[in-house]
Amino acid sequence: MEAYGGQGRMPAYLRDHHDKVVGRWAELVVTGVRGRISPDEVRHELEDLYSLLLRVMTQQDEHAMGELRAALDELSRSRARNGFTPSETALGVFSVKDAVYELVADVTELTSEYLAFSRMVDDLGLRTFETYSAAREQIIADQSVSMLELSTPVVRLWDGIVAVPLVGTLDSARTQLVMEKLLETLVSTGSEQAVIDITGVPTVDTEVAQHLLKTVNAARLLGAHCTICGIRPQVAQTIVALGIEFGDIATKATLADALAYALTNAGLKVVPA
Amino acid sequence: MDELPIRSGDDVVRVRQQARAAAADCGLSLVDQTKLITAASELARNTLVHGGGGTARIEVVKSDRGRSGVKIGFADDGPGIADLELALTDGWTSGNGLGLGLSGARRLVDEFELISEPGAGTNVVVIKWSR
Amino acid sequence: MERVPIIKIGRTLFVSIQIDLEDETVVRLQEDLANELTATGASGVIIDITAVEIVDSFIGRMLTMIGSISRLFDAETVIVGMRPAVAITLTELGLSLRGVRTALNAEKGLALLNGIA
Repeated sequence: MEAYGGQGRMPAYLRDHHDKVVGRWAELVVTGVRGRISPDEVRHELEDLYSLLLRVMTQQDEHAMGELRAALDELSRSRARNGFTPSETALGVFSVKDAVYELVADVTELTSEYLAFSRMVDDLGLRTFETYSAAREQIIADQSVSMLELSTPVVRLWDGIVAVPLVGTLDSARTQLVMEKLLETLVSTGSEQAVIDITGVPTVDTEVAQHLLKTVNAARLLGAHCTICGIRPQVAQTIVALGIEFGDIATKATLADALAYALTNAGLKVVPA
Repeated sequence: MDELPIRSGDDVVRVRQQARAAAADCGLSLVDQTKLITAASELARNTLVHGGGGTARIEVVKSDRGRSGVKIGFADDGPGIADLELALTDGWTSGNGLGLGLSGARRLVDEFELISEPGAGTNVVVIKWSR
Repeated sequence: MERVPIIKIGRTLFVSIQIDLEDETVVRLQEDLANELTATGASGVIIDITAVEIVDSFIGRMLTMIGSISRLFDAETVIVGMRPAVAITLTELGLSLRGVRTALNAEKGLALLNGIA
């Protein structure tokens, strides 16, 4: 980040012409937001930024710079939430240069300081761009979590028997969620049998197997028994080829087999009516 | 930020309590809270048993993206660890413990840093972020 | 230091842990259980950890040891009421608590013991 290295007269000049510069800056930004934010709100935002900017220019201390950065980060996030493009936000910041230029264009002794000022504003504007990207990534991450929630149901097959049909890749985030939901359901329903159906899991490699193992072990710690079913022929071959040991975890080919097995474990029998 | 001495079993309990308070402040989920407090308990115990006592520093931190998290640092002036890689493998044993402390604790947190040298004590810093 | 009470019902010893376990308390519990098992000849121990929020490797080891000690007195131990968050954490830590049985609650724990006896 370029520091404003001058002890020059720019800061004082900007302070003296505060209203004029902020007014002009606000005008330019309002044009850019095209009605999405009220002029009063814009003015308010810019007043804050302007005073922080002046503080940085006069005091040149890290604390003031830290506050300015934080304020810009908040601006960037808020604009992002309101649907502005990162360019729009950055341009809004850059337009303070226009406002200042209009002010100092005829003041020769400030021309050299203007360059340093301009560079500093460039950095600040670019920063809002970076913050925007980071904010978008966070939104995407949050949405992934929501989608994960929706695609992990735990169903009750019978008294004391619950099932988890897994569809899609089984990564650690997914496993975490499956474990939590499964365990909570086992406890809340008092069920001792769980069936994990992996028909919908495309590949089972060592990592996936470990995730399944963790889930089974966690259920075991609670006092419940897990049966894994839905192992497709190709998956079975991969498992053996990779040397993955399922140990003493019960595995069945189909959900029907697993249900029958769970019923037996629960001491239940299905008889013709 | 809180700095707590670790000189007794009571202190380990106190570290857990402070960790819980910080985790609740951050809005960590129940499972994440449990993981963090358990990791803190493991590491505090390590500091006590293997490090001959030390301190714990618990603070709430913010990531670049604005997420909050709990950061806990453990420091002791004990014998230090000669082979860090070995210490971080499951099943490593030193003294009378099962030795699962470090590698297990690492799996429970998001960030884990271990600095230790024989004769220079041990420093462990862990962070658990809210989601 | 708090002491965890041990209640005898029939041939089973019930222990309900309601407090944040200090090291001394756990060690004391082991001793008390060993004494009670000898004195009563109980054939089963149920340890209810429904109220326990944190089980670290030390406490996990203590629970496994209680299982081993009980077995020396020909008694089986069942840990009941483990919280999901605790189970997930123990699994991540790599602790399987082999050597003790587990059940969802005291009732099922008792059924398990009776099935074994």
